[in-house]
Amino acid sequence: MANDARTNVSKDLSQERQKRMIAEHFSKLARAPDEGRACAYTFVPGNLTELLNSFDVLPVLPEINALQSGMRGKSRDYIGLAEKLGHSEDVCTYVKCDLGMLKSGNIGPTGERLPDPNLLLLSYTGCFTFLKWFEILGQEYDCPVVMLHVPYQGDGKITNSMRKYVVDQLRNKVIPQLEEISGQPYDEDRLKEMLARSAQAEDDLVYVLESAKNKPSPIDAYFGGVYYIGPIFTAFRGTQDAVEYYRELRAEVEERVKLGKGPITPEGEMEEEKYRVVVEGPPNWTSFRQFWKMFSDEGAVVVASSYTKVGGVYDDGFRHDPSRPLESLADYCMGCYTNLNLPSRVDMLVRYVEDYQADGFLINSVKSCNSFSAGQLMILREVENRTGRPGGFVESDLVDPRYFSASNIKNRLESYFQMIDQKRERGRKSGQGD
Amino acid sequence: MDVLKYWVGIDLGSTTTKAVVLGEDQTVLGRGITNSRSNYDVACAVALGEALINARLALIASTLEAKGFAGRDVEELLARFELLFREQQYRAQLSELGDQLNAQAKRLKVADAVHESVGAIIPQMAEESGALFTPGARRKSDFFRDLAGSRYLALAEEVGREKGASFDVLAGLFDKAILEVENSTQAVGTFDEHGRRALEGLGGDHPELQAAVETVLAVDLQQVASVGTGYGRQRLPFPEAMIRSEILCHGLGAHHMFPGTRTVLDIGGQDTKAIQVDEHGIVTSFQMNDRCAAGCGRYLGYIADEMNLGLHELGPLAGKATRKVRINSTCTVFAGAELRDRLSLGEKREEILAGLHRAIVLRAMSLLARSGGVSEEFTFTGGVAKNSEAVKALHTLIEENYGERTINISPESIYTGALGAALFALHEALKTEGAAA
Repeated sequence: MANDARTNVSKDLSQERQKRMIAEHFSKLARAPDEGRACAYTFVPGNLTELLNSFDVLPVLPEINALQSGMRGKSRDYIGLAEKLGHSEDVCTYVKCDLGMLKSGNIGPTGERLPDPNLLLLSYTGCFTFLKWFEILGQEYDCPVVMLHVPYQGDGKITNSMRKYVVDQLRNKVIPQLEEISGQPYDEDRLKEMLARSAQAEDDLVYVLESAKNKPSPIDAYFGGVYYIGPIFTAFRGTQDAVEYYRELRAEVEERVKLGKGPITPEGEMEEEKYRVVVEGPPNWTSFRQFWKMFSDEGAVVVASSYTKVGGVYDDGFRHDPSRPLESLADYCMGCYTNLNLPSRVDMLVRYVEDYQADGFLINSVKSCNSFSAGQLMILREVENRTGRPGGFVESDLVDPRYFSASNIKNRLESYFQMIDQKRERGRKSGQGD
Repeated sequence: MDVLKYWVGIDLGSTTTKAVVLGEDQTVLGRGITNSRSNYDVACAVALGEALINARLALIASTLEAKGFAGRDVEELLARFELLFREQQYRAQLSELGDQLNAQAKRLKVADAVHESVGAIIPQMAEESGALFTPGARRKSDFFRDLAGSRYLALAEEVGREKGASFDVLAGLFDKAILEVENSTQAVGTFDEHGRRALEGLGGDHPELQAAVETVLAVDLQQVASVGTGYGRQRLPFPEAMIRSEILCHGLGAHHMFPGTRTVLDIGGQDTKAIQVDEHGIVTSFQMNDRCAAGCGRYLGYIADEMNLGLHELGPLAGKATRKVRINSTCTVFAGAELRDRLSLGEKREEILAGLHRAIVLRAMSLLARSGGVSEEFTFTGGVAKNSEAVKALHTLIEENYGERTINISPESIYTGALGAALFALHEALKTEGAAA
């Protein structure tokens, strides 16, 4: 989900490709008004990229723009501007960062101006703030807003009536609106072709994420993971570019597994894997490299993370399915991590700790996001109790640099890793009959 | 010559630096504490030097006991000896202070009246030092800076007025000079020198004590290993392998003091830690204040400053309250405003203070809950554990929230982190020996 943090290391082909894809996409967006192409602003969890692309509508993802602004050191000013406009310190910093960017000329991460939306497609998955966010954008732009209401998985499962509810909205609200703004009729065959390509890329993505079950893990499934999910979570799911990106990435990871290599970090290749951890919660974007380094310096590899499931959970077997196009889009939306109830999240995390043979479980609790943070302490206790492995807790924010206190976070992380050491040592002693 | 091996733990906190010296059998030989300062190496050296002096003083006592000298007389004799020893230390530092004041005065080319004032103040302080170290004398602090500072400033006002020297200039000189004294590891002197003087000072004939002092002076104290912890640990002059997180150290230290402990709360100068440990003192989970340091020890420091009180006077004053003012914010930055606002509303000082203490402990309660609650046996550590009112509030809130619990507070609780570090040093050494064997 980010394209410029790894600058000092040799880039793999897949990385180069991803960079090219992103650059091309933003240049298409910049040309869209002149070329008369419609674009829709929409969100990552529960995005309908294939459907948009099947109408040749270009997606713009404000969350991604916000996190890119965070990584590029722009978020402080953007947030400051939004606060000057009256948005309080407590408002989600993605929202404020996006608004600040908009008010500063809406220049995207590649330096080109983003087009105004022809549609605000509010696929409303697991986050109430999305609603307010687009309400504000609705005041800025003269364009329709379509709300796709995605029912929460309160009982931990998707029922037929829930599925039907979403499909009906797609058929009766979303599709007619897309036909109107694009001037093109709904083409289900085209959508099916795209969904087939999505499934293909998803297979390769799952291979990549699950490669972390190897020891040493060839990837970091959190800090590295956010790059791997980039294309499939954003504008590229269902494109041939994405198919090729994931094929290439998979081949690269297969090679690393074969050679027994660890992950590549900002400091180069990790020599020794000392700790394997599962991480819950989004990363901090303003100090992304510094945060990552706090792990890699200690020899800590993240082997699985929930954040890499916010734009779709695929490792439980779900795939986009061309034989039931709208139904599988509905299932996709409802299956995103942010739409899962707390017991399902706990189950998933416990499974990760066990399946990936992690030494522990760590939460990065971000100030901005109540959808993520509410219940995290309960999750921490539950995962600890069920796995018997130690939990850790750090706090930061998404893109507000004021809430990243490096010395505190480092102190906690060091303490946490030393705690794992101490437990291991004790385990060895009792193993020796001490 | 007898050789005594020891292991050291240093806790470099935001306010004070603590050292604990352990013997092979895990007994504490000595403890030392000093103000933390910008030069961490010096802070460590001073705290360790103090701990070693205390170790030797304790050795004198045990030597006497081993030879069958015990009882009230011996205790009194030892107490007098120690006071004389402390006085010698004080006088040595005072002499260094005088030198530094003169040097600073010369450098700054101050008026003659200032020179004369310094020339009068220091000898008078030296003269008074005996009274400061008589049995039963109350000293506001054990730190030279505080002890000498309060007397110097009082005399500066008095003598300065007499001689026509500016108080501000005299106070400014002190601020500069005291830094030099604190940053000198020499100023405090050696055990040897002060020990002999203290013996002379006792007067009369004490052959058994003299023999014990000689025996202890002949002991060769040999440091085997040291482990550092605390906020400044990254800057300690230790190899990385010998640095431990203060969370682990507090857990292990508290467990060593009270083996039944399963929950530890540490409220230090700038952080609050809630720690759960297992039956071996190994940390199983912890929570720390992160985005905000409201309600930590430093907050009490600000309040004390605002009220023109010593930190140690806050608890007793709050204890006099018959009711508590309800206070929600424990923001350190707003502490002064909060206090003045309450005073202007006509609330009593002790009642405001009682409310403040409760508010601090309430914040700690939230961290405790997050870390997994309060188990059957609970230990409270850190500088704030010395505050009687904070302790009272903690008892009340724990009982209200968790029911009856065993709550341990060691008089040496400020050394918990350093003790844990010293235990790590010892464990590490045993591990290496084990591996070699």
